[in-house]
Amino acid sequence: MAIGIVRLDNLFAVVMLSGIYSLISASLFVTLDAVDVAFTEASVGGGIATVLMLATLALTGDTEKPGKGHLQILPLAVVVLTGALLIYGTLDMPSFGDPMAPIHQHVAPRYIEEAPRATGIPNIVTSVLASYRGYDTMGELTVIFTAGIGVILILGARRRRDD
Amino acid sequence: MVRRHFILRVTTKLLMPFILMFALYVQFHGDFGPGGGFQAGVIFGAGFILYALIYGVEAAEQVARPWLIRIVMAFGLLLYLGVGYLGMVLGGEFLDYNVLSSSPVGGQHLGITLVEFGVGTTVAATMITVFFSFAGRMRRRSQPEQ
Repeated sequence: MAIGIVRLDNLFAVVMLSGIYSLISASLFVTLDAVDVAFTEASVGGGIATVLMLATLALTGDTEKPGKGHLQILPLAVVVLTGALLIYGTLDMPSFGDPMAPIHQHVAPRYIEEAPRATGIPNIVTSVLASYRGYDTMGELTVIFTAGIGVILILGARRRRDD
Repeated sequence: MVRRHFILRVTTKLLMPFILMFALYVQFHGDFGPGGGFQAGVIFGAGFILYALIYGVEAAEQVARPWLIRIVMAFGLLLYLGVGYLGMVLGGEFLDYNVLSSSPVGGQHLGITLVEFGVGTTVAATMITVFFSFAGRMRRRSQPEQ
């Protein structure tokens, strides 16, 4: 699918493929028991992002400009090198689902044990997101707000002068 | 013009209340099931975007006035920050929900609900604003041709 996205010239098909990819990864998250993440991926990645990409295509046109044609060595080398480094970095990671992995030993047991009692909320994801990691969520919200402001400033500003 | 996309129009009208109700359910049931402010905001915004896609942006702007949406967008973030500062005023730390109510557990619950509501409103308003901005740009481009 990724190769299809790279190879296709028709950007409409590319947007559709990335939407399908989002839905597939959402179902992947469901099988990993990460329902909240799957929910977000399905609604944001599969829904809103696809609609916004289509809106962008309606503004800009839906065929890709023909590229230079010849193989570009430097970008390919950078990508291959980065990929190799990332794979090398995963070699000493604990195996998938290992209960002795550091991430399961650090704060996670405390959250699982304490969160439902301390917050009175059965969904641990919600209590971690909004309470234990309140600063992070605030930052995320600020990012979204800033993005909205940016879009207003770039796309919406001229409208008022027209009216 | 009325006959165009007849099935889509009727289906959208039928689905709208359910989409918005589901968004509210995700928002306020996020403590117990999967979901929360981010997802609820996106679903709520998607409802408006669907309506704008089928009935036109003007029809959607009758309900979601651009100035109102911008106020709501800022209101959500201010609510989040306000809850944070309220914790400071009541003698705790920033974003400390324990002091919001008589018991720490009740305070946590109240704080999380308020904060998630702030997240939901800002996300929904931002999604609607972004889509309306794109659509307004398109409308401006199509106007000179008419």
